[in-house]
Amino acid sequence: MAAEPVKRITDIGPPSYEKFLHPVIKKNYGLWKYHETLAPGVLCHVAESGDKLFTVRAGSPRLLSVQSIRLFADLADKYCGGYLRFTSRNNVEFLMDNKDNIEALKKDLLANGFPVGGTNNAVSNIVHTQGWVHCHSSATDASGIVKAVMDALYDRFTHENLPAKLRIALACCLNMCGAVHCSDIAILGVHRKPPKVNHDTLPKTCEVPTLIASCPTGAIRPATVNEKQSVEVVEDQCMYCGNCYTVCPSMPLNDPDNDGISIWVGGKVSNARTTPKFSKLAIPFIPNNPPRWPEVVEAVVNIVEVYAKNAKKYERMGEWIERIGWPKFFELTGIEFTRYHIDDFKNAGLTYARSTHIKF
Amino acid sequence: MADQKRDTKLLDELEKGPWPSFVKEIKNASKTSPVCDDLLGQLELSYEEKKGHWKHGGIVGVMGYGGGVIGRYSDVPEQFPQVAHFHTMRVNQPSGWFYTSGSLRTLCDIWERHGSGLTNMHGSTGDIVFLGTKTDELEPCFKELGEAGFDLGGSGSCMRTPSACAGMARCEWACYDTLKMCNDVTHQYQDELHRPPFPYKFKFKFSGCPNDCVASIARSDMSVIGTWKDEIQQDDAEVAAYAAAGMDIQNDVCANCPSKCMKWDGKKLSIDNHECVRCMHCINVMPKALRPGKERGATILIGAKAPIVQGALLASVLVPFVPADELMDTLKELVSRVWEFWDEYGKNRERIGELIQRVGMSNFLDAIGLDPIPQMVTAPRDNPYIFFKGEE
Repeated sequence: MAAEPVKRITDIGPPSYEKFLHPVIKKNYGLWKYHETLAPGVLCHVAESGDKLFTVRAGSPRLLSVQSIRLFADLADKYCGGYLRFTSRNNVEFLMDNKDNIEALKKDLLANGFPVGGTNNAVSNIVHTQGWVHCHSSATDASGIVKAVMDALYDRFTHENLPAKLRIALACCLNMCGAVHCSDIAILGVHRKPPKVNHDTLPKTCEVPTLIASCPTGAIRPATVNEKQSVEVVEDQCMYCGNCYTVCPSMPLNDPDNDGISIWVGGKVSNARTTPKFSKLAIPFIPNNPPRWPEVVEAVVNIVEVYAKNAKKYERMGEWIERIGWPKFFELTGIEFTRYHIDDFKNAGLTYARSTHIKF
Repeated sequence: MADQKRDTKLLDELEKGPWPSFVKEIKNASKTSPVCDDLLGQLELSYEEKKGHWKHGGIVGVMGYGGGVIGRYSDVPEQFPQVAHFHTMRVNQPSGWFYTSGSLRTLCDIWERHGSGLTNMHGSTGDIVFLGTKTDELEPCFKELGEAGFDLGGSGSCMRTPSACAGMARCEWACYDTLKMCNDVTHQYQDELHRPPFPYKFKFKFSGCPNDCVASIARSDMSVIGTWKDEIQQDDAEVAAYAAAGMDIQNDVCANCPSKCMKWDGKKLSIDNHECVRCMHCINVMPKALRPGKERGATILIGAKAPIVQGALLASVLVPFVPADELMDTLKELVSRVWEFWDEYGKNRERIGELIQRVGMSNFLDAIGLDPIPQMVTAPRDNPYIFFKGEE
C-alpha cells in the first residue's frame, strides 16, 4: 500500500496574536485606564488593576537584516521577557513591566544605532515604499531619501518639541503603496514623460484590451505598428501614473532626466479636532539627486521649521495652513506658486477660491 | 567571489549620519547572504543612473495560491546574476504586530535558509516582507513557514492582509477588540486572501478609536473605526489636577473642540455630550481625566484608496454605529453584500470606492440593502440633476 502523501499545510492564516502578548497585557487586556509619556519614546500605560506596562519605542530603517531583528530579539530577552512589537510606522517597541530596565535598554539601543523617540509631538518614523531597492515603477529611491531626511530631522524624532505630531511619508510613484496622500508632509516620486512603447515585445508580453483599460485617462489606443498589433499613447492625455507599466512590461517609463520628487503638505488621517484630509501640492518637482537628495532634504526641513515656528499648540500642518491660508503658506515658506498647483483633474473647481474671503 | 565586495561609493554616503542606515543593513545581511552583494551592486547602478532596474511580472508563487509572492526580476541580470530573480514573499503578520523574541528568531532562521536575509518590518499593508529570493526557494520556504505556524499574506486582486492598531492590548481608547476582529476576519476569508477572486484589491483596516493609528480611513476599502455612543467618562479630580499642573484648559481643550461642546469655568469642565462629534482631541490632551464612553462600538466606512486609477478617495460612512458585540456579524453580512455587488458590476482594476463613484452611492445602497441616512453625507446634493425613479 502506498504511503499517504504528506498533507501540505495551507490556509492556516497568521498565528494568533494571543501567543505573543506580554503577561501584563494578557492580564489587563481591555482594562487599561490611562497612559502617560515618561520621556520621548517612553510610554507608561496604567491598568485599572494598577499594573503598569512600559514601552520604549525606537526608530528603524524598515529595511532590516535578520541580524538586526535578532538584535531586537536579544534586547527583548534581556529587558522585556522577550516581548516586543512593531508600529504602523516601522518603529520597534519593547514592552516591559520593570521600569528599572528602561534606561539600560535605551542605552543599548543607542549604542547599536537605533534612536529612541517618535512619540506625541515629535516627527515619527517615515512610512515609505521600496524605491530602487525593489520596485519596477519607482520614479525615485525611497530608503535613501528617508535616510537623508531623517538624518536632518533626527533631533525632531528624539524630542517632542513640535506644535503637534508630524507624520511624513514617502511613496516612490503615484501608485502610492505607501499611501502618502493623507500625510503632514508627503514626498512623492513622479514621472513626467509618457511611457515608451516597445512595439517588438508588446504583442508577446501584454494583453492589449487589459492594457487599454488600465489607463485612467483613456490615453492608450490600439495601433498597428510594423504590421504587428500594438498600442499608441496620446501624450497630451498621459499623466504618467505608470498604471500601464504595471500591467504591461513593454511600457517602461523610467527616465533619469525627467523622474523626480514632488512634495505635498497638510494631510491627516486622525479625526482629532478637524476631519481627515488629503495632502495638497507644495512643490511640483525636484530632480533626483542621489545619494542624499540635498534639495529634497532642504525643502522638507524648511517646511518643518516654518511650521514649528508659526503653528499654534496642537495644530497639525494642515490645520495651521487652513488657519493662515495657502497664500501665507507660500509666502512664509518661500515656495513658488505655479500653474501646476491649480487642479485640472476631475472636479477641479472644488479647490478654486469661491468667495471673497481674502487676506491682504 | 564571496570576498569580492562591490564598490558602492554612492551608497556609502548613506552610511553616514545618525539615523539607522538601510545600506548598513544590506551590508550586514551580505555577511551571510552573498546575493546582497549583487543587490548592492544593482542599487549602486541605480544611484549612478538615477533609475530603477527591476522588472515586473512573471507569475510566480506557491502551489495552490494566487498571491503572496511578488515576482521581481533584474533588467541587468548579466551584471548581477544573483538577483536575476529576486521575489518578495509577503508573510501575514500577527494582529497588531506583536511578537516574542522566539517567534522573530524562527522567522529569521527560515528566511536566512531560503532567501536574502533582508526584510521589511513591515510592508505598507502590514505584512512581514521577505525581500528577495529565487523561484526554487518559494515552496520550501512556504513549507517551513507553515510548520512554524505562519502563512502568506495577500497580493493581486484579493482580500489584502488586514491590519489593526494595538487596540485593547495596550490602549485605553480601544472601543472594540481590533486584534480579535483583524485575526477573525483574516481567518474567515483565507480563500479570498490566497486566491484572488475580485476585480482588484480589497483592504480592511481596524482602528480602535477615531485617532485611527492604522490610517484606516485613508487606506482601506472597508474601514472599521472604534467610537462610542454615550457620554465621555470624566474624572473631575483629574481635570483639576491637570489645571493645577498648569494646563490651560480653556485654550488647550475647549477652544480646540470642533463642536464647541465644552465649557470650563475655572473649576469645573462641562461637556454637552449630545453635541460631541467624538474627535478625541480632549481625550488625547487629558488621558487621565477623560476617556471614551462605556457604550462602545465602531463606525463602518467604505471606499478609501490611493490615487490609482481614478484619484484618491477617503472612506465615507456606511454604518454610523455598530455595538462592539455585534460588529463581527454585521461586518460579515455587509461584506458579503458588498463583494457580491462588486463582483457583478466592478470593472477590472476598479476599487469598490471607484465603483461607488461610477454608479452613485444611492444605487450602491439599494444594491446592498441599506437605507440612505444623513450621516452618510456632509451635505445633501447641490445640483438639480435628480434621476427620479419611474415608480415614484
